[in-house]
Order: sequence, then C-alpha cells, then structure tokens
Amino acid sequence: MEPILTINNLTKKFGYLTAVKDLSFTINKGNVYGILGPNGSGKSTTLGIVLNVVNKTNGDFHWFDGNTTTHDALKQVGAIIERPNFYPYMTAEQNLKLVCRIKGVDHSKIAEKLEIVGLLDRKDHKFKTYSLGMKQRLAIASALLNDPEILILDEPTNGLDPQGIHQIRQIIKDIAADGTTILLASHLLDEVEKVCSHVVVLRKGEKLYSGRVDEMISSHGFFELKAEKHSELLNVLENNSDFGKLKVEGDLITAFLNEPMSAPEFNKLMFEKGIVLSHLVKRKESLEEQFLQLTDKLN
Amino acid sequence: MLRLIKLELQKLWLNKTSRVLIFISFILPFTVLVLSSIKINFFGFFTLELGELGIFNFPIIWHITTFFASYFKFFFAIVVVSMIGNEYSNKTLKQNLIDGLSKKEFILSKFYTIVFFSICATVLIGVASFLIGLYYSSYTEASIIFREVEFLLAYFVKLVGFFSLCLFFGMLLKRSAFALGFLFVLYIFEWLIFWGAYEAFGNADSAFKLKNFLPLESMYKLIDQPIQRIVMTKFPEKTDIAYDYAVHWYEIAIVLGWSALFIFLSYRLLKKRDL
Repeated sequence: MEPILTINNLTKKFGYLTAVKDLSFTINKGNVYGILGPNGSGKSTTLGIVLNVVNKTNGDFHWFDGNTTTHDALKQVGAIIERPNFYPYMTAEQNLKLVCRIKGVDHSKIAEKLEIVGLLDRKDHKFKTYSLGMKQRLAIASALLNDPEILILDEPTNGLDPQGIHQIRQIIKDIAADGTTILLASHLLDEVEKVCSHVVVLRKGEKLYSGRVDEMISSHGFFELKAEKHSELLNVLENNSDFGKLKVEGDLITAFLNEPMSAPEFNKLMFEKGIVLSHLVKRKESLEEQFLQLTDKLN
Repeated sequence: MLRLIKLELQKLWLNKTSRVLIFISFILPFTVLVLSSIKINFFGFFTLELGELGIFNFPIIWHITTFFASYFKFFFAIVVVSMIGNEYSNKTLKQNLIDGLSKKEFILSKFYTIVFFSICATVLIGVASFLIGLYYSSYTEASIIFREVEFLLAYFVKLVGFFSLCLFFGMLLKRSAFALGFLFVLYIFEWLIFWGAYEAFGNADSAFKLKNFLPLESMYKLIDQPIQRIVMTKFPEKTDIAYDYAVHWYEIAIVLGWSALFIFLSYRLLKKRDL
C-alpha cells in the first residue's frame, strides 16, 4: 500500500500540557480514515502539525514517500480546519482564485468545484453573506481545487443544522467514492462510523487504537434476548462458558459472547433446553459502545 | 516573486478600506504638491505663490518634496498593519499556510508589496517634483537638476524602513490598532533613551548621536527638515544656522539594517508561533 502520511512518535507540548503524546500512525492511499476522540484529545493539534501551522515538540512526520518537503506536499493536500476561513470582503470566486494562486492551480477548476458543492449560482456573492453551511461547502470546494491526493477535514459538520450535516456527508461520500483518501477528525461517532473504514482513536493525546473500524475491539458481539422463562434463561446463560458478562434491563437480557456463536446455533441450543425466545437479536457493538469501552478501560 | 505580489495585491485591492487608504496615500501628497505649486489668489487681497519663495528650484525641490511627502506614509502604514491584523482576525493566515503557502512566502509577499508600493510612491514623487521643478526652476542644466536626487533614494529607504517596522509590529501584536499605538510608544521610548543618554553623557550632541541609531529617529534623520535650509538660502551670510542636511550613506545603511532586522524578526516570530 502506498503511504500518504506517516507520523512517528509525534509529541506536542503547550507549556506543561502535553496535547499529543508519542503518536504514531500511517495513512495509506485509498482509505477513509477517521480520527476519533473527545474534545481536547489532540485531534486538531495533530492535524495542525502535519499541516505546518503548529510546531512539533518532538518526533517527526512525512508526507508521501518522504522525499517531498511539507511545503510542496501541502499543494497536493486539501484541508479544512475547524471553521471555514476566507476573506469576508471577497466573493466566493475571488476567494477561490486566491487559493488557486497559492496552490498554483489553473482558474478553470473553480467553476467545476463550485458545481460539486452546489454553490455555482452564488459565486459572485460576498463570503460574509454566506450561511455557515454554505461557508463550509465553499471550504470543501476550496480544498478540492487542486484535486488533492488526500482531503483532511476537521469537524466538518460542527455547528451545522441537520440538513447541512446531511449535505456535507453526502459530498464526503461522493468524494470518497472517487477514490480520494480522506482523513476525517470528529468527535461525532456515528459520523465516523457512517463514513470511515479505518479509525485512529485518541484520548488525552495518546493513541488508543488504530486500524479497521470493525476490528476495533476483539469482540464476538452480543445477543439481546427476551423469553417467557426469564430466570431459567438467565440460569442457562450463567452456566454456559461461551457467555461472559450478562446485563439485565427489565425483561431484556444482554449476553456478551466469549466465543463466536451464530444466532441459529444459539436458538437451537435454547430450544434443546426448552426455552422459547420471544426476542433474539445478535449485534456487534456500535462504534459508540466500542469507543466508550476503549476509553473506559483506561479510567 | 510576481506570484507573491499578485497574491497580496488581490487581498488589498478587493478590500474597500485598504483601497481607499492606498488611494489617499498616493493622491493626497500629489494634490498637496500640485496645489502648493499653483498661484492661489485669496479673493484679491493677496496672492500666495509658494514657487516664488524659491522652494521649487532645483536642487532644493528634491529635498522639500520628499520631506513633506514622507508624512503621508502614515496612510499606507495603516494599510500595512491592517493587512497583518486582518489575516489574524479572519484566520486566513492559517488557511493560507494550510493551502500551501510557506511562512517564508507569507512574509515575503508582504515585504515585496511594501517594496512595490515604496517604488511606486518614489517614482510618483520623483516625476511630480521633476515636472514642477522644470516649470519653476530658473536652472535647467542637467547637472543642477539631478544634483541631490539621492533624496529620492532616501525617501524610498525611509518608506521601506517605516513599513517594515509596521509589519513587524503587526506580526508581534496581531491587531492593527495596537500596532499603531505601539509606534507611538516606540517614539516616546526613543526620547526616553535620549533623555537617559543625556543624563549619562552630559551633553545633547552625543545623546543625539546615539538616538540616530534608533529605528524611528534613523528614519527621520534620512531626510533632515528643509525649513532651516530655506532660511539659509535667504540669509546666506548667517553662518551660525548652517547644518548638515545631506543624505549620508551610513544613514541609509542604518535604516536598511533595521528593515532587514524587522523582516527577519517577523519571520522568526511567525515560524515560532503556533496558529
């Protein structure tokens, strides 16, 4: 796999506060990555460092194969950090022209990219007249101007209304479908779950996990069960070593698996024990549950 | 280089406030110059024609126009500090860097613009002085006309130096109003140093010599006030008012040194800073 960004033992200290601690991970071409972490976990700082706006304290990082300078590499990167930053007195088109000048891209791309984010008819309006959703979409258009190898988005849906969030997510999905590598930092777990294939989990500047989203914790999933014979069911589960933790909420029993087991297998087992289930659902932990489990482990 | 200037000019030109200020800083000194050169009739009571005082004669005209025109640099100084302040308040500085402008290029684009503007201002004042001089001056020999054109060079260096100082204050304080205020603080600070030196050395001459090395004073000293010189031409027998008004190479060197230092410090500041 072709690496796009490699980070080795990166550390950033703001005075006594360590915002990023000994962080290492690699971003490979073609995947959609999420950086997950609560507020203040070092997501934006990490992105700031690789984007050349924050100075690192220790460690190193390099773009692509390591032979391009960060300055040149950034011309092949599209990035939006936190809020859309443009010159309020310029129109959308003028702002994008300026970005074209910085990146050394031809002006002809402007109309094409504005079309993608649906702002072509507003191109002659000043940036300050835009709504937050439109500003964010303009920022995406700006980041796409150079047809980047990788698109970096930091909290792209922050502060948007549901419609705006939906629009942005759709745009991100469309871009990902074109094969562009995406790095998405967010504290919204369902957002990452919906869009990303890989994830890096940060907490207080430290990496807790990096890898595929579905392999985040070694879990075989769990069953949600209901039965008329509630106590007998509970009894059977407690005596079966395939099951670990049990959680009872009212008449709903949640049984976590220690060993892999399919739903039909389980159903058959119950039938043999003479228990008829009125409710059987096999699920894997959602990203949110996995994330909370990961972060809880350290508390 | 052209790319960086174009970049900055687009930022300035599309901003209404800075466009007006640039316009004023070009047009106002020019208008004052032209107005002062024409004969003004005060409702028949008397006519005022500054040209008759001989101030538009070559070569003194170079001295006079550059001295007075340099006061109009404050308009562009506002543009310089706000072009830094706005980048910070709009957070576009951060975005520029993310988009692939290096920190060095960012400072250079500002510096090139300063130099570009200073060249324009110098050329404009040079051409205007030349034309007015041709009209009024009784000397038309090239050797006299072009004597003392070094005042134009001094004017250019003075502008570059002053705007570099503004650029540095803008980078340091991130806010335009504070940066302008700081210019005034520096002015007072230089007088405090002068006062301290006066106490230490015991005479004003050495204290002034020291003050000549300080940023604002060194810029001011590039073009000495011409009033005394005009008086001198009227009363050539009064030798006690004679003074050294020439542009010296070391004066230029000091200001260029400060400019280089300010630009370098601005760069260092930006490089060290987390945005």
